[in-house]
Amino acid sequence: MTHQSAGFAALADPTRRAVFERLARRPLSVQQIADGLPVSRPAVSQHLKVLAAAGLVAHDRDGTRRVYRVDLRGIAAMRGYLDKFWDHALAAFKTAAEQEETDD
Amino acid sequence: MIDALSIQKQLVVEAPVERAFRVFTANMTTWWPKSHHIGASPLKTCVIEPRDGGRWYETTEDGQECTWGKVLAWDPPRRLVLAWQLTATYAYDPDFVTEVEVRFTALSPTRTQVDFEHRNLERFGEGAPKQRDSMNQGWGQILDAYATAAAAPEA
Repeated sequence: MTHQSAGFAALADPTRRAVFERLARRPLSVQQIADGLPVSRPAVSQHLKVLAAAGLVAHDRDGTRRVYRVDLRGIAAMRGYLDKFWDHALAAFKTAAEQEETDD
Repeated sequence: MIDALSIQKQLVVEAPVERAFRVFTANMTTWWPKSHHIGASPLKTCVIEPRDGGRWYETTEDGQECTWGKVLAWDPPRRLVLAWQLTATYAYDPDFVTEVEVRFTALSPTRTQVDFEHRNLERFGEGAPKQRDSMNQGWGQILDAYATAAAAPEA
């Protein structure tokens, strides 16, 4: 898909998806995420930044460290994406149905 | 908890109800946005098999077929219910179902009202239905099914 919401686009990257899926199971610190993946801690931080920008993850503070978790608002972003998609698709459907008259 | 989410649209098409239904289903390829598909090579056709339980899939230029979902209700020319079974990462998951219902109502012999709904969007956050009962509420515990479908390589 080339027209993606930020949420969908953020999950298109396999490593980012792996990060997201880990957080879907339980909240984790950056180090805990990095420990389970073949990527560096700075790389995990970059992925978290993208996921946060897409509204898919958020973080809480536990003392001095950040604990990341899945953000419920990400679903709203996906709904917004699909809403726009269907507007576009149904407008095209209407045009196709009305144009076909000339072919009948 | 996440409330049920749906998208609803209503439009009027200047076409007889039979044609509106036919263009939506048999001629989906003519109007489906070409950019929106999951196959690796360009989209060739969108196919809805015209029966209850029929498959809903795309074919691509290189001859692949990619399943999108299935027909839950086939009632021409008045009603169609499709199962949209692509997860948030556009992976087909047979255990994941969101419903697309389209109702066609004749307003006159040449005019049709189309009522559209894409519902169960909350499931994008809950994982597949069969997992739901065993999960704690909300998105916090998400989905073994989702992880499986997304098939991201794990370390």
